[in-house]
Amino acid sequence: MPYPLHIEGLEKAFASQLVLGPINLGLEAGAITAIIGRSGSGKTTLLRCLGGLEESSAGTITIGDGKVTARDIGYVFQEPRLMPWLSVAKNAGFGLADLPKPARAQAIAEALEVVGLSDAGALLPKQLSGGMAQRVALARALAPHPKLILLDEPFSALDPFTREQMQDHLLHLHAYYGATMVLITHDMDEALALAHRVIVLDGPPGRIIGDFSPDLPHPADRTSVPFFNWKRRLTDLFSHRRREPERADAG
Amino acid sequence: MAERHIPRWVVGFAVPVLLLGIWQAASGAGLVSAAILPSPLLVINTLAAMAQSGEMAQAIGATAYRMALGFALGAGAATILGGLCGASALARALLDPLIQALRSVPSLAWVPLFILWLGIFEASKITLVAVGVFFPVYLNLVSGIANVDRKLLEVGRVHGFSPLRRLLRIQLPAALPAYVVGLRGGLGLGWMFVAAAELLGATDGLGFILDDGEQTGRPERVLAALLLFGLCGKLTDWALAAAGRQLVSWQDIAKA
Repeated sequence: MPYPLHIEGLEKAFASQLVLGPINLGLEAGAITAIIGRSGSGKTTLLRCLGGLEESSAGTITIGDGKVTARDIGYVFQEPRLMPWLSVAKNAGFGLADLPKPARAQAIAEALEVVGLSDAGALLPKQLSGGMAQRVALARALAPHPKLILLDEPFSALDPFTREQMQDHLLHLHAYYGATMVLITHDMDEALALAHRVIVLDGPPGRIIGDFSPDLPHPADRTSVPFFNWKRRLTDLFSHRRREPERADAG
Repeated sequence: MAERHIPRWVVGFAVPVLLLGIWQAASGAGLVSAAILPSPLLVINTLAAMAQSGEMAQAIGATAYRMALGFALGAGAATILGGLCGASALARALLDPLIQALRSVPSLAWVPLFILWLGIFEASKITLVAVGVFFPVYLNLVSGIANVDRKLLEVGRVHGFSPLRRLLRIQLPAALPAYVVGLRGGLGLGWMFVAAAELLGATDGLGFILDDGEQTGRPERVLAALLLFGLCGKLTDWALAAAGRQLVSWQDIAKA
């Protein structure tokens, strides 16, 4: 079962400078939530707090029933961060050391198949293109079957063609693994094309200035009028930035 | 351009061969005394005689034995202590200042103590080689581990790695290129120290031939031993470099 996520009064300060919060947010299990915002809006800090890479300064994060292990959470960074000395298959299985060998091999094969790299298992990271490397990073995060997957601008370093392919991949593997996903992005198209819910952060300190549930189909038709209208709405939010959270339910 | 078609290793031989020719000509013409600089031919004949009598194999065997044991001990201790200090901040705080302080002692200055403690025979020589090998390996391994990309360490954190697993699966493999550099540096120092140890008192080995050649006024034996030292050093370094290249073939670097 995918995990719901509850954030209460979360704050993060670096050297007594508040960069994030307070954040109050509840995320539905199994949904894709996009968190968008400008650089410095605290979105990456928020994700790093969720993934345990930063200690929060105040507040609580409750993931699922609260008894979560590292294997229940997958994390995809902005860069692939593959171990250069390991093959693609071993990188994909990097978080599976606790599994017995047959189960591990099976989970690796499954994850590589979902990201479309079944034939690349023996390659070294230096032989991969940027898009392939990021797909291996996705496979590594997915292989342990996490119940929550955190993605930090995972496609921002890719060219536009590869990026759209990767977005399709992400929808496909969301359907396959059914995990709760939190996707950090600064790309409104990406947020609207993938997410069931879009949270808008602005700062510093990063606070929620918008919370939308666009009723767009997935994958969304990026040339459709509703898609365009939603994009307009998000853009407007930034151009006359409002402090009060806006809640909307219709597109 | 003509030089493009000549392999580089051939070009590298040009100057040594030229010098050898001048040397042989000068010796043949009696320009230098054979008591100071014997002719290349005499050195080659000396080598051939040493090979025939079995003295060469015996000397290389004795030196290589000290070298191998000393290298294994020094590199082994450096690997264990370097891994420990690289992985654990506590171990580093406890041990690294002491090791750094010991490093400031010129390694040859240990000789009298080693002889007093371990005697004049094998143990003190092997220990001296081990001390020489230890520091480059230790320093490179510790700095290799310390300089591992934070971004890779975070991958371990999101997977909930323990410190030991982080060491084995991220830090040590990532430090491997630096470690190989340390091993090669240690090997070079090891040869230096085995020569020193044998010069200071040995009854066999290449260093003994050096010393014996000096004592008995036979420079051709000194030159022959020098040549063998150079050859052994070069061959072992080449083998270690080749093995190292295999270990770090995953590195995405420009070919030399």
